Amino acid sequence: MHNYNLEKRKFVIGGAAIVIVLIYILRLFALQIMSDDYKKNADSNAFLKKVQFPARGAIYDRNGRLMVYNQPAYDLMVVMREVNNLDTLDFCETLGITKEFFIKRMADIKNRALNPGYSRYTEQLFLSQLPAEEFAVFQEKLFRFSGFYIQRRTTRQYTYNVAAHVLGDVAEVSPRDIEEDDYYRSGDFIGIQGVERSYEKVLRGEKGVEILLRDARGRIQGKYQNGAYDKRPVPGKNLTLGLDVELQELGERLLEGKIGSIVAIEPSTGDILCMVSAPSYDPHLLVGRDRGKHHLELSRDSWKPLLNRAVSGTYPPGSTFKTSQALTFMQEGIISPTQTFYPCYHGFVYGGLRVGCHAHGSPLPLIPALATSCNGYFCWGLYYMFSNRTKYKTVQQAMTTWKDYMVSMGFGYQLGVDIPGERRGMIPNAAFYDKAYRGSWNGLTVISIAIGQGEVTLTPLQIANLGATIANRGYFITPHVVHSIEGGRLDSIYYERRYTKVESRYYEEVVQGMRQAVLAGTCRGANIPDIEVCGKTGTAQNRGHDHSAFMGFAPMNNPKIAIAVYVENGGFGAVYGVPIGKLMIEKYLKGKLSPESEEQAKVIQAKRIMYGDQER
Amino acid sequence: MVTKNVSFIKSVDWVIIALYLVLVICGWFSICGASYTYGEPDFLSFDTRAGKQLIWIGCSLAIGFVLLMLEKKLYEMLAYVFYALIILLLIATIFVGSDIKGSHSWIRLGGGVNLQPAEFAKAATALALARYMSSYGFSMHNLRDLLKVIGLIMLPMLIIIMQKETGSALVFLSFFLMLYREGMSGAFLFSGICAIVYFIVGIRFADVPLWEMPVSTGEFVVLFLIQLCTAGMLGTYIRKKSLMYWTGGIILGVTGVALLFSLYVIPFDVAWIQLGLCILLILYLIYMWLRERINNFAYIAMFILGSVVFFYSSNYVFSEVLSEHQKPRIEVVLGMKEDLTGAGYNVNQSKIAIGSGGLTGKGFLNGTQTKLKYVPEQDTDFIFCTIGEEQGFLGASAVLLLFLAFILRIMALAERQPDAFGRVYGYSLVGIFLFHLFINVGMVLGITPVIGIPLPFFSYGGSSLWGFTILLFIFIRIDSARKRV
Repeated sequence: MHNYNLEKRKFVIGGAAIVIVLIYILRLFALQIMSDDYKKNADSNAFLKKVQFPARGAIYDRNGRLMVYNQPAYDLMVVMREVNNLDTLDFCETLGITKEFFIKRMADIKNRALNPGYSRYTEQLFLSQLPAEEFAVFQEKLFRFSGFYIQRRTTRQYTYNVAAHVLGDVAEVSPRDIEEDDYYRSGDFIGIQGVERSYEKVLRGEKGVEILLRDARGRIQGKYQNGAYDKRPVPGKNLTLGLDVELQELGERLLEGKIGSIVAIEPSTGDILCMVSAPSYDPHLLVGRDRGKHHLELSRDSWKPLLNRAVSGTYPPGSTFKTSQALTFMQEGIISPTQTFYPCYHGFVYGGLRVGCHAHGSPLPLIPALATSCNGYFCWGLYYMFSNRTKYKTVQQAMTTWKDYMVSMGFGYQLGVDIPGERRGMIPNAAFYDKAYRGSWNGLTVISIAIGQGEVTLTPLQIANLGATIANRGYFITPHVVHSIEGGRLDSIYYERRYTKVESRYYEEVVQGMRQAVLAGTCRGANIPDIEVCGKTGTAQNRGHDHSAFMGFAPMNNPKIAIAVYVENGGFGAVYGVPIGKLMIEKYLKGKLSPESEEQAKVIQAKRIMYGDQER
Repeated sequence: MVTKNVSFIKSVDWVIIALYLVLVICGWFSICGASYTYGEPDFLSFDTRAGKQLIWIGCSLAIGFVLLMLEKKLYEMLAYVFYALIILLLIATIFVGSDIKGSHSWIRLGGGVNLQPAEFAKAATALALARYMSSYGFSMHNLRDLLKVIGLIMLPMLIIIMQKETGSALVFLSFFLMLYREGMSGAFLFSGICAIVYFIVGIRFADVPLWEMPVSTGEFVVLFLIQLCTAGMLGTYIRKKSLMYWTGGIILGVTGVALLFSLYVIPFDVAWIQLGLCILLILYLIYMWLRERINNFAYIAMFILGSVVFFYSSNYVFSEVLSEHQKPRIEVVLGMKEDLTGAGYNVNQSKIAIGSGGLTGKGFLNGTQTKLKYVPEQDTDFIFCTIGEEQGFLGASAVLLLFLAFILRIMALAERQPDAFGRVYGYSLVGIFLFHLFINVGMVLGITPVIGIPLPFFSYGGSSLWGFTILLFIFIRIDSARKRV
């Protein structure tokens, strides 16, 4: 019995079967091929990625002395999902924390605004850097506190209590760091200041990972593919600094109780030999669990010990700046080192304008002018340059030319030193004065820039770099704190010579001037019997007591060290700048101070400058 | 004897046997993948599920062979006996059955082996239906005959529901597909589909406002669908195209005007207009029925009334009658709620497992989600996950296509049966396998609700494998006898 009408229904039934299978295949396509989410989801389900932290690179000084290394510490981690039946009282007592702290800490961990990477299933940092003793007590009871784990970490440790500003510090990453670089997870450490920050990527190494399989109940089922995809942590690279620890120590001693900075540079390489910023602090303070408290105290200190004045302080360079003026005027043909004599009768006098000077012979040529630090000579030089209408059509053009010289010597812009916080200082340009004086100004208006006063400011690093440039007779290598990276290379800018716009032969004249200043001029205090020291004092006027500055290098031929000393409110350059500079040079070149020098150092170390309570 | 054997080998449909063997072998490998835990690679040991399944497969082949050796006549003769025995067994199971995961559908045989009689009830019911529907004088259009058929289906179904195996019981609904092939009015299937659509659309979009008007999208769409179906039915069953166009036009026009008015003039609930329209349609149809004396008008009027009543009562049942335990399951399936720890956990983990497979999968025994027990019931109801994760899109699609070929082949065999007995039995198979495939894979893919029924030949378990084998091999035997009758 065949009913052909009904037989057609096989197409309906068969069609339904085909449609169902097609829909399911489309669904499979959507799940498996169109979307990646499920795959990621599956990975986070099944894989427990246990991070293995690399050792952070150690830091050595130029003579291979260990300055910064790692010390074991223990982080207490918590997996929220596994915390149950916790005896809170016992827990808090064992750790020595209050119940309130415990409650707040647990709430903070769960707060995704504070802790963006939060997950109930993964380890979250509960308490960081338990010292070894506390850890030992806690470990005995650890089995009682389900959900809590110990993560071995390391903290920074310092051999010497010096160079805090250069070395910098490390601290837990902020939510912003995590956002900017997805290498970091909550609880990781990152360099905050100094070398720790600028060489963060070199020092931190690379985290390793161990991929463990976790079943639906959170139990570990072994290594994924027997560890085929595990990654061993790559330890951070060690750094060798250009810094000489002993020189740095001496510098910090000498600036005790004073506000100021000492920067020494090896002219041939640009290595920074010491970078003192006073007042400083003990780097140990910013390590461990009390870091936050100490950091707050330091940041509230009115002496601003956290500020690295060597790169962040901008000061009028005073007479040390005259060397740069001499070089500019010679190159521009404004003065001739032997034929130009400028008069100076206790200063530069033009019309009603007067820039004072001290007693010395007059008129005089360049070398004695540098040696005696004659204000008149350099004011006349600038005056003649800025009013030379045959060479420069306008005063603006003269100003621009002058500014280009200054910039070529590393002023007015950041030098590019390899620690953070460097400021650019100030070299005014024509537009600046056009704005300040509404277009009506001339050489006389801005005359004080010739003697490193007025609008001009430099950082101590830039002053030291000026010394290095003169020592090199016309070029410098961008100063840098790090001498070498183990198994790596510094940025190429730390190998390149940067030539100024002034020819080498003019530098010789300035070198002679600076040598004369030490032998028979304002820097006689810097004379060391068997070292040919070249130097230039600076006494920078400011609202309070004058700043005392010194810039120099030694030996005169084939120089090994260029140095800048800047002591706020230290008075004449010869009072603090020169003797400190001398002691530093002696220490570096001879390896130790002579007994007399040691006495002198003690005297200077003991001296205190009264700063008062004003905010600085 | 030799000639008989040769003709027997020739008359057996080797295509379906080959498909069966491929499915069973694929199934065994999937169980290896799903039940494998790290560091325990011995699949042949009886201690592992893979090893046990191997034994079930061996037994199945033996059962299949025995079934092929029996005479077709025997199946026809003993159909009612089997059916009666199974019914008794099912009833007995309620009382003696051990409680496994809340259901009383298992009989403990000892040695860790359990038997689920419900799996065998399908074959017995199919046989009984085939016997009854091939009996002399049976007609689908005879209401008494039809009720008896429905009774044959409902009896085991109800007993199984009493065993708290709702999933297995629902499988018996698949016999309606066979009834459709045998001449049951398509209106039944159509009504069933309509009911499902009303239910899903009505509940899923009940609280979604239509274009920010005070109108429930679900209500609007369902009422609109009812009216469109009415217009379509007028065209199909009254065979007056003009009538269809007129009513369709009026429905669209009135609804459109009402919508525009609500949207731009005064917002009001358009459903009232639609309900009024429904009442007008019913009155018109009754008038036509009385005037023209064509019963189809009355049926269509009943369709409208039934639809409206069903829709509103299902809404009421869902929001007022269903327990707090049942509601979430439906809501999760309809995508109204995301409940990844409760009712949605299985399905979500199952989607993760499948989705992580990608195009070619992670490779045999390399699936992490299934290995690490993220997917529950992964070697029984959720076995398709393992295929999706380890064999990827290609493997999973291949399995689906294999099933499609298998089902279409059974259909082709059923169509070539010389008598109603074979055809009814064959289409019962088509319905059962299609239903299992549709529900099981749909559940794993998150399309259909979580109803715990196995994927034939893949899910771990002796009872279900034997049940499907018996079902299939009886049919192969019936088919092989067709030429000699």
